[in-house]
Parts: sequence; structure tokens; C-alpha cells
Amino acid sequence: MSKQPARSSVISMSVGVGLATGLYGISFGALATAAGLTVLQTQVLSLLMFSGGSQFAVIGVLAASGPIGAVPAIVSAWLLGIRNGFYALRLNSVLHVAGVMKLLAAQLTIDESNAVSASQENSKDSKLGFWLTGASVFVFWNAFTLFGALLGSAMSDPSLWGLDAAAAAAFLGLVWPRLKHLQANLTAVIAVALTLVLVPLLPSGIPVIVGAPIAVVLIYILKRTQFGKRLQGDRHG
Amino acid sequence: MDNFWIAVIAGSIAVYSWKILGFALPKRFAEKEEVVIFAGKLTVALLAALTAVQTFAAGQSLTLDSRLPAVLIAALLYWKKAPFIVAVAAAALVAALLRNLLGWA
Repeated sequence: MSKQPARSSVISMSVGVGLATGLYGISFGALATAAGLTVLQTQVLSLLMFSGGSQFAVIGVLAASGPIGAVPAIVSAWLLGIRNGFYALRLNSVLHVAGVMKLLAAQLTIDESNAVSASQENSKDSKLGFWLTGASVFVFWNAFTLFGALLGSAMSDPSLWGLDAAAAAAFLGLVWPRLKHLQANLTAVIAVALTLVLVPLLPSGIPVIVGAPIAVVLIYILKRTQFGKRLQGDRHG
Repeated sequence: MDNFWIAVIAGSIAVYSWKILGFALPKRFAEKEEVVIFAGKLTVALLAALTAVQTFAAGQSLTLDSRLPAVLIAALLYWKKAPFIVAVAAAALVAALLRNLLGWA
């Protein structure tokens, strides 16, 4: 009796998250083509990189810097992808996969699949939640990416459509749910200040990958000072 | 191969490297809370920095243009718990209106 509703709630949660997340694919696709990527390059990013934050970072840096931004674009995507490594560590002890299934599980390891998996109460639902959410997001994200890319490539001047502002709003939307603790907020403020100071001093694309890591180091130094002692109760920033 | 393709392919491999590393390491690494917190901080810092650059930077200079009111509207919508796609579309609309109707930069 109690098993059936639990199972169907995992399924509806997974597909719901997949559809909601997949819809962002429209904005990603449109912004990627506005940044100068072809429809094919845009689609390959969604198929192979398959990690929203990193994908937005690639197109954000390329939009600002053009072809010379390739290296900072790769480094930004790589640094943003680090959290997937920690999800993978957790999922490895939940999924018990080997061989090809391990390679596939790694590709589907993203914020959403890990979150749905982690929110289940037993290991069977935890596995189901991971695979179903990962697969749903993958399908919807890629389909909506194509739709957005075709839409974006039909626009002649992206800034007249406000697509540059949409990209800024997209990054804000990705960071917003993480700004729940004083430490996280402080980290964000320091990263913003440092990066903006660095904008006139360094080639475009570089300020982000220098400013953000320094901000994290500063937060750890700050925690050791008297002021930092007051933040100690707040550990999950 | 042009630089955009290099960014797409090398970037994808770079992102996948973290994912597969997590599955390759021994399971005991999963219990280290400090590294999880570190990854969380780095993610917040990077996304915040990207938001700032995308809002204020034009090449190597800082400017105030239609992007700022657009982002502020998006912030208001996120605060009111609007869906991502709604806030992003609203930001585009605000910037497009300011540019096309008022001639803002």
C-alpha cells in the first residue's frame, strides 16, 4: 500500500524536474547562437557537456571575448563543473554501477539528478530518481536547446532582443537558490567586487576565473579572523 | 578546427573529467564534508562573478546600460519565486524595450 504512491511520486518528480529544467534549454540555445555558435556547436554542447552552469559559462565568455576566449571559456566551464565531481562521489556509493553504465551515469550526473536521488528515502527510489531525472533532463534539455538555437539563429541583432541581458539574468537565476546563508552571500559579494575590479586590468574572460577562486580563498582566511568566528555556526555556505 | 569548436569539445571533456573522477575514486572520499563545502563556495563565487561580468562588462570596460534594469527586474522576480524561464524572458523584454523604445545603450 505505502510503496505504490512513493514509487509514482519519484516518477512524477523526476519527469517534472526534467521538463522544468529542460525548458531553460530554450534560453541556452538562443543565447548560444547569439554568442556566435552554430546550431550544431550549440547542440553538441548540450549533448556532450550537459551541465547548465558550465554551458552558460562557455557561451558567456565566448560572447564577450570571441574566438580568443576559448581558453578562459574552457577553464570557466571546468571550474563550474567541479561540483559534479562531488555528486559523482556520492552517487558512486548509491548506484553500484560498473563498465558502460558507469560512463553513462557519469554523463547524467548533474545538479538535478543528484538532488532528486538524494531526496529519496530508500536506495531503490534513490537509484530510480537518479536515472529517471538524468534521462528526462537530458531528453528535454537537448530538445529545447535545438528549439532555442533555431529561434536564436533567426534573430539578426541579439542585443536588440535583449539577449545579453537575458544571459546575465540566467546566471543570476543559477546562483539565486544558493544564496541562503551568510557565508554564501559574502562569498558572492566578494567574488563580484574582485571580478569587477579585475575587468579593466585583464583580458576578457580572465577576471572570472581569477576573481572567483581568490574570493573563496579570502572567505577561508576571513573565517580565521575574529569576524569569522561569528560565521562559525553557519557551515553550509 | 576553429576556436569555438575547440572550446566546445575541450570544455566538454574538462567537465566530464570531474564526473568520471568522482565515480573512479574510492567511496571513502564521499564522506569528506569540507570538500563538498569548498565546491559549493567555488560554485557560488563563479556564478556571482559571471552575473556581474555579464551585467556590467563591455569588453575590458565597465558600463551602465539597459542590462542593469533588466537584471534588477529578474532579481525581483526570483525573489518572488518566479520560474527561471519567466525571469530570463522578462530581462530580455526589459532590455529590448529600453533599447528599441527609449534608445538606451
